[in-house]
Amino acid sequence: MLRYVIRRLLLIIPTMFFVALITFSLAHLAPGSPFDKNPNRPLPEETIAHLERYFGVDKPIPEQFVIYIGNLLRGDLGASFVQRGRPVADIIGQGIGITAQLGIQALLLALAFSIPLGIVSALKQNTPIDYLSLLIATVGTTIPGFVTAIFLIYIFGVGFHLLPFVGWGSWQHTVMPTFVLALGPGAFLTRITRASMLEAIRQDYVRTARSKGLREQSVIVGHALKNALIPVATIIGPATAGLITGSFIIESLFNIPGIGRFYVLSINQRDYPMIMSTTLLYAFIIMIANLTVDIVYGALDPRIKVS
Amino acid sequence: MAQLLAVTDLHTQFFTRDGVVRAVDGVSFELDQGETLGIVGESGCGKSVTALSLMRLIPQPPGKIVKGSIVFDGADVLKMDDDEVRSIRGNNIAMIFQDPMTSLNPVLTISRQISEALELHLKMDRSESRKRTIELLDLVNIPSAKKRLDDYPHQFSGGMRQRVMIAMALSCNPKMILADEPTTALDVTIQAQILDLLKNLAREFRTAFILITHDLGVVAGMTQRIHVMYAGKIVEKADTGELFANPKMPYTWGLLRSIPRLDEHRKAKLLPIEGLPPDLIAPPPGCRFEPRCQYRRDVCREKEPELKHIPNAKADHEARCWGTQEGGWLVNTDWRREIGDVQVIEEIKKEIADLPPEAKREGDGETPPPDKPKVN
Repeated sequence: MLRYVIRRLLLIIPTMFFVALITFSLAHLAPGSPFDKNPNRPLPEETIAHLERYFGVDKPIPEQFVIYIGNLLRGDLGASFVQRGRPVADIIGQGIGITAQLGIQALLLALAFSIPLGIVSALKQNTPIDYLSLLIATVGTTIPGFVTAIFLIYIFGVGFHLLPFVGWGSWQHTVMPTFVLALGPGAFLTRITRASMLEAIRQDYVRTARSKGLREQSVIVGHALKNALIPVATIIGPATAGLITGSFIIESLFNIPGIGRFYVLSINQRDYPMIMSTTLLYAFIIMIANLTVDIVYGALDPRIKVS
Repeated sequence: MAQLLAVTDLHTQFFTRDGVVRAVDGVSFELDQGETLGIVGESGCGKSVTALSLMRLIPQPPGKIVKGSIVFDGADVLKMDDDEVRSIRGNNIAMIFQDPMTSLNPVLTISRQISEALELHLKMDRSESRKRTIELLDLVNIPSAKKRLDDYPHQFSGGMRQRVMIAMALSCNPKMILADEPTTALDVTIQAQILDLLKNLAREFRTAFILITHDLGVVAGMTQRIHVMYAGKIVEKADTGELFANPKMPYTWGLLRSIPRLDEHRKAKLLPIEGLPPDLIAPPPGCRFEPRCQYRRDVCREKEPELKHIPNAKADHEARCWGTQEGGWLVNTDWRREIGDVQVIEEIKKEIADLPPEAKREGDGETPPPDKPKVN
C-alpha cells in the first residue's frame, strides 16, 4: 500500500514534466507577446527589446524551456511579466489559500446535500421528493453559475442587505460564492448518487440482507450504500480539483482575491511564467485528487486491490 | 409431527403497466416440522414468488400478496407488523438464493455477512459471533475457515459461496429453510456436493426445508414430498416416490419425459412439452395446461379442474386434471406408453407455427419469468 502510494507520487514527476513541456510549447507557439498589450500605444522597440532581454524571452524557445525547468527544480517559479516582475510564487501563494478555502467549503456543501438527496430520491423513486431533487439537479446543472450568482447578489445583497458580496474577509463573504460553486457539482453528484443507489437497492445481496431480518435502515446503510458510493467516489476526485483551483467567473463576480482569475488572465496576457505555474498547479491537484480517489476506491471496494 | 407451516389460498400479484400478473394464484400447502418438500415447475410458474411471499419479501410495489394466509408456527405471517416479520426472517425462516455470485454483498467480508444475523437475532457480541461463524463455516466444509473469515466473496468460488449462503441460512438454527434453486447456478459436480450438504444438514438439525427447482432430478433424492406447480397453481401433490412411480397429471408426465436418461438409446430424442406457459395476465379460463396438453378434451377448456384426490393412487396424492380424476378418460392411461392423441399433437404444433416469431423465441426455454416483471 505504502509502496503503491510512493510509486504513484513519483509518477507525478514525469507527468508534470510533460505537462510543462506541452504547456510551454503551446504558450510560446501562440502568436503575440507579453509586451504588446495596448495596440494604440505600443511600447518603443528598444523598450520591448530591453524587456525581452531582461526576462530572457529573446533566447531560443528550447533554451528558455531548459532554463525554466532548471529554475523550477530550484523552486523558482519565475516572475510575472505583467505584474512588474512580481514573483509568481508570491502571487499564487497569496491567493491559493482563499481559493482553496472557498473550494473546500463548496465541496463539503455539495457532498452534504447531494448524497443524502440522491439516496432519498432513489428510495422514494417517482414520488414528489424524487421530482423535487430532479428539479434541483436540473436547475443546478443547466443554469450557469454566474446567472445564479447575479440573482443571489441582487436578492440577498442588494435587496435585503443580508450578505456582503464584494471582497473577502468575514465568513459572510463566503456564503454566496460557496453556494454558487457548490451548485453545479452538487447537482451532478445528486444524480450520480441516485442512479447508483437505484442500481444497488435492486441487487440480489440487498434481498439477502432483508431475508436475514435486518432493519430497512441497516439494509440501506450497511449493504446498499457502500456499493452505491463507488461510482460517486470517481466523480468526487475531478470535482474537487476543479473546485480547489477556483473559478474565474465566480471570483471576478464577487471580487475575491483568489487565483481563479489568473487561469484566464495569464493566457490572454501571454504571461508565460504565470501560465506555466497555474497549469502545473492544476495538473498537480488533479493528480493528487486521482490518487486519493484510487486509495478510497481500494477502501470501498475490496475487489479493487491497490498495489 | 406437528404442523409448522400452513399456506392457504395464497394469491400474490404484480401490478404492472400491462396488467395484473397473477404470479401465485390460490396456492395451499402444509409442511410439518422437520419435513422436506420439493416445489417443481418451469421458469415463471410462481415457485420463487411463493417462497418470497412466505417471508414477505415480495418487492412492493409492484408486487402484493392480495389474499390468503401463511400460518407459520401458529402465527399468520401476513398479519404481522414489520418488526414481527423481521424477527422471523433469518431467525425462524431462512432463505438460500439461486445465484451465489450476486447474493453475497461484494464489499463486506464473509464473517460480517454471517455474523450479522447472529448479532441481530441471538444477541451475540462480536467475539461470540465470530467464533460461531468459524463453526458454521467448518460445518459447511469451507477449508481453513478461520483463515478465510475476513475474505471477501470474490475470493471464493461459486460452490464455496453457496456454502457460505448455507452457513448463513443455518446460522440462527431456523425452523425452516427455503432453498430457491440453490444449485442452478453451479456446475454439475458441485451441484451434487451442495445438495448432499443441504440434505445432511437439514436432517442433522431437523430443519424443515422447501427445495424449489425446475429440475425433477434434483428433488428426487432430496425431499419427502413434491408439489408440481404450473402457471401460478399447484397441479399435483404426492410423495416423492409416488410422484415418480405414478404421476397423475399430463404436465408432470411432460416434465418426466423431458428428463434425459443415461440408459436410453443414443439416437432417442427428448420429448419436450410443446408450446410455452400461458400469459399470467390473462390465463386460460379452463385448465391452465390445456393449450399445451396432448390429452385435452373440450371440458378442459371450459372449466378449471380442482386439485383433488385421484383414483388408482395413494391416499394423499392429488392432481388438478379432468382426465385423471374420478370418471376421467386418463384414469387408466399409462403415461410411458401412450403419448397423447396424435390429432391433438398436430393441432398443438400448428398453433405453435402460427405464433408470432417473438413468442416462439421465448418458448426456447428462457422465458423472462413473470415473477420478475419489468417495472417503471
